[in-house]
Amino acid sequence: MATLRLNGKDVSLPEDPRTTLLDFLHQHLSLFGTKKGCDHGQCGACTVIVGGERVNACLVFAFQLEDCEVTTIEGIANDDALHPLQQAFIERDAFQCGYCTSGQLCSGVSLLNELKSGDPSAVTYSNRASLKEDISERMSGNLCRCGAYPNIVDAITDVIALERQ
Amino acid sequence: MQPFDLHHYDHSTPLNSLPLTDTTRFLAGGTNLIDLMKLQVETPNTLISLAKWKEANAITQDEAHYHIGAMVSNSALAKFSHDEPSLSLLAQALLSGATVQLRNRATTAGNLLQRTRCYYFYDTTKACNKREPGSGCSALNSMNRIHAIFGTSEHCIATHPSDMAVAMIALDAKVNVKNANNDTRQIALREFYREPGDTPQIETVLANDELITHISIPKSRHGTQYYHKVRDRSSYAFALVSVAAGLTLKEGRVDTLSLAFGGVGTKPWYPQSAIRVLEGAELSQEVIAQAAEAELSHAKVYGSNNFKTTLLRNTLVRVLTSIAAHQEKHPEHEGALYDHA
Repeated sequence: MATLRLNGKDVSLPEDPRTTLLDFLHQHLSLFGTKKGCDHGQCGACTVIVGGERVNACLVFAFQLEDCEVTTIEGIANDDALHPLQQAFIERDAFQCGYCTSGQLCSGVSLLNELKSGDPSAVTYSNRASLKEDISERMSGNLCRCGAYPNIVDAITDVIALERQ
Repeated sequence: MQPFDLHHYDHSTPLNSLPLTDTTRFLAGGTNLIDLMKLQVETPNTLISLAKWKEANAITQDEAHYHIGAMVSNSALAKFSHDEPSLSLLAQALLSGATVQLRNRATTAGNLLQRTRCYYFYDTTKACNKREPGSGCSALNSMNRIHAIFGTSEHCIATHPSDMAVAMIALDAKVNVKNANNDTRQIALREFYREPGDTPQIETVLANDELITHISIPKSRHGTQYYHKVRDRSSYAFALVSVAAGLTLKEGRVDTLSLAFGGVGTKPWYPQSAIRVLEGAELSQEVIAQAAEAELSHAKVYGSNNFKTTLLRNTLVRVLTSIAAHQEKHPEHEGALYDHA
């Protein structure tokens, strides 16, 4: 039976090929941490990590991810120990209503890995750009209608500094 | 979303074993097609998933070309191009498009074949000749701020939205395809897209049974390269106008020039009239403006998009002036114009 690996466990893929990964998480697995915002890849609320890379769960059919490793917000922490970025979000007050937060966190966790891998961004092409401008560019796929952006960038900056110690 | 039959393609699947009709769509990353299917703008009867086509995930090279597999993600291609000085223009264009999430899923071939972001194409309550041939064009006499000024017809003025394709036009990329008989052919990207004419629903020269296998980009020197994208916000927005340019100078004159425009054409625009003015010229703001005017003699504006002529002229002047100044100081430079201000 076709499966994908979700937060470390194999799960069977849905029968209906029209099922997006996002709807699969909600309707088949009752995992509601990943949020449906626009459902069109514009807001980033449904961001999850597939094979180490962040993607919009609303714009991929579950069947396309056969045998892939998928990590959702429910799989970010290490058991009871929060991921350092989750802790930084609390310390920096990086959310208000919280609806976009799971997507912001999955996106931010991937961003940390992308920086370690030396992945370029559009800001790479300006030698005057600061780290915060680079983070903002790399996080442009995650909207926050409460406007918590400065604190989100601060939280990510804190974790980058922690990791570079 | 309407139901569809699902088939899978991988390297060992004969294409002629698949139902390749005009209601069949290949599904690569899905970032555009799945969205259009949700909106019922696209209602394919059959999807052929390319997720298992692992062989198309590779970038290879020989002495003369880079070969980019159809399924290479936009992120992977951006990273590869970033590390190759002569492909800097491509890296800049890719990284200016979409978001990291989308670039991780979007593929090279899918990017070329993405559909327009014309508001009326997306809105199934509005007339659109591209979505429903013969229904009319809602953009012609309505809000058309994002629409094209080159290659338009009375049936369609929608722009092609890709940034990547603009850089690839400038770099003279070739599209390699194979068909159901396993015949292969190579099409210059500059000849790959069709202008809308009276059949705007047909966007490329591909036949129903043809599958893009890889893109080939010739290895050549492009000098100082700059992809400048003017848009409504600084990230995650489509181009109103973009200019992709690479330039080398010889004795103060244009030696090689790679040039294409985005956001202004019904297809990624190869500005042949502008290039004729610029070839071998001693660059000045006046000469660059003359080149812009030569190209703009082919333009037609539609009301809300009238500003694009001035914006294109000014953007071209800025881009070419910047990279020419850099080339004068650093004649051997090959790569991005990192700091143009």
